Amino acid sequence: METFDLGVGLAFWLMNASAILCVIYGIVYWNKDKENTTWDDEAKINKDL
Amino acid sequence: MGMFENIIIILYLLVLGYLGFIGYKQTKNSADYLIAGGNTHPFVMALSYGATFISTAAIVGFGGVAAWLGNSLLWLTFCNIFIGVFVAFVFLGNPTRKMGIRLNAHTFPELLGRRFNSKFIQIFGGVLIAFFMPLYASAVLIGGTEFIVAYFKVDYHMALLVFSIIITGYVLAGGLKGVMLTDALQGVIMFMAMLILLVMVFKSVGGVDVGFFKLEEVWSKTVATLSNVSLKELQAGSPDFLMKLSMNWGFQGWNKMPLFLSEGWLFVITSITMGVGIGVLAQPQLVVRFMTVKSKNELNRAVLIGGVFIIAMTGIVFIVGSLSNVWYYEFNEGKNALQSTGGVGKVIPHFINASMPKWFAFIFLFALISAAMSTLSSQFHAMGTAIGRDVFEQIVGKNNPNSLLITRMGVVIMIILSVSLAYVFDKQPAIIARSTSIFFALCASIFLPAYIGGLFWRRMTKKGVIASMGVGAFVSTFWLLFVHFQEAKALGLCKVLFGVDSLLSGKIIFVDALIIALPLSVLTAIVVSLMSKPESPALLRKCFED
Repeated sequence: METFDLGVGLAFWLMNASAILCVIYGIVYWNKDKENTTWDDEAKINKDL
Repeated sequence: MGMFENIIIILYLLVLGYLGFIGYKQTKNSADYLIAGGNTHPFVMALSYGATFISTAAIVGFGGVAAWLGNSLLWLTFCNIFIGVFVAFVFLGNPTRKMGIRLNAHTFPELLGRRFNSKFIQIFGGVLIAFFMPLYASAVLIGGTEFIVAYFKVDYHMALLVFSIIITGYVLAGGLKGVMLTDALQGVIMFMAMLILLVMVFKSVGGVDVGFFKLEEVWSKTVATLSNVSLKELQAGSPDFLMKLSMNWGFQGWNKMPLFLSEGWLFVITSITMGVGIGVLAQPQLVVRFMTVKSKNELNRAVLIGGVFIIAMTGIVFIVGSLSNVWYYEFNEGKNALQSTGGVGKVIPHFINASMPKWFAFIFLFALISAAMSTLSSQFHAMGTAIGRDVFEQIVGKNNPNSLLITRMGVVIMIILSVSLAYVFDKQPAIIARSTSIFFALCASIFLPAYIGGLFWRRMTKKGVIASMGVGAFVSTFWLLFVHFQEAKALGLCKVLFGVDSLLSGKIIFVDALIIALPLSVLTAIVVSLMSKPESPALLRKCFED
């Protein structure tokens, strides 16, 4: 990696940072947010629209 | 073919059949068939999203481009993860899911159509998907079939038919449940193969830092020596021609970015990175995944899995592609990857067969077939629902009691169309070879302003959306046909009409259609929306309030 120039090095580290961000976000918000296939609702929606 | 290979193939087909059967058993109504009942496990959803996104073109096509142009392609991996997973799941996923439920939308065009109370928007979206996606699907079909033909030495047309029938079986029977379960299996195979590949490649080139360090030496010994040679002295399309072309475009080495604003920089940043990186946000077969989970928690969990999956796909294959130059230099008489294999598309398959043990070549073939199947099954499903639900049902009339049957008929029709294209055009004419980038550019320019505006801007109007879609379609089509250096030259219409490969000249022809069409499409959406009457409060309540 030491041979990467600034542009490629930045892409390499941003790529890794994004993947780490996804992992951390997934862990932190794993269970944070506390949520009917009467489907054929469909008729009512169509009528309303 | 040995006993080991036979057993693996039979096992794979049996598991696919079993997963398709589970999908079939769990599919009771159109909600199950179209959005997997809205209660998919986050692991299945994330892997399905990733495996659908990553086709053979991403692994073999872009892997070969990395062997040619180097590690500057890692900007695409960054965009794939940050925009394609993080931004998509965290910022677009839940609003899409909730609006989909409020409006009972089953497909991406239906979501847009109902958000703006417009049958035209839904039909236009469905027609666009039904017209362009078969070209994209046939490109993936041809790619997948070619790997089967190369490995098993079977007839192309026979392999194509068997390959298509297997996918048709579980898409038709299992709907999106069958598609997503098989996608998850295929995603696991792809993930494992890539991890093994990364370890084995670093081992074969002497380690991480050593490998990248040697890349500098290989460039100076095999490419920099061309600096005094004129492009005209080289045979067009030959490996040395391509390497010299990359130097003329501003590339300075496989570990370096091309010169700022050079042709190469515009190609890597606008066409490869932004064209695919932003284009993914408006892919109908991916957006529908957000409607398949039951809460935001599932989306949060899917972020973790999706991010890791994507870095293991494109991150690894781009690094492997560029490092293949080191392996060939050391083990093939001082030649680089293109000189050793003869072309960009041949590097990855040739490299795997030449540098890896036979057992891994077989596993990697499975990963490639899995990549093709997971993308194809979702394309077949999206095309079928587009023609069945978004076009046919909208024209004939809603509340059709045979909705599920019509959708399945749509799936069959679109599969026959895609397979016919792949059957007839096995030599990949330009429109099929360029179809992935054409589809990404069109979807982003046409759908993205309507999609993002529809989710977050209540003042956006039906007239604004229709005008934006029209401008996006016109500008991106014009740019693809008459300006962009890859499509305009390959499609040849500009040459026929005006006698030149592109109507413009200079660096502008390296700028991707999305960069021109998307801002104009966004501007049109904003201006026309502000000039037209707002949508009714009743419609907005239905869209935004529980």
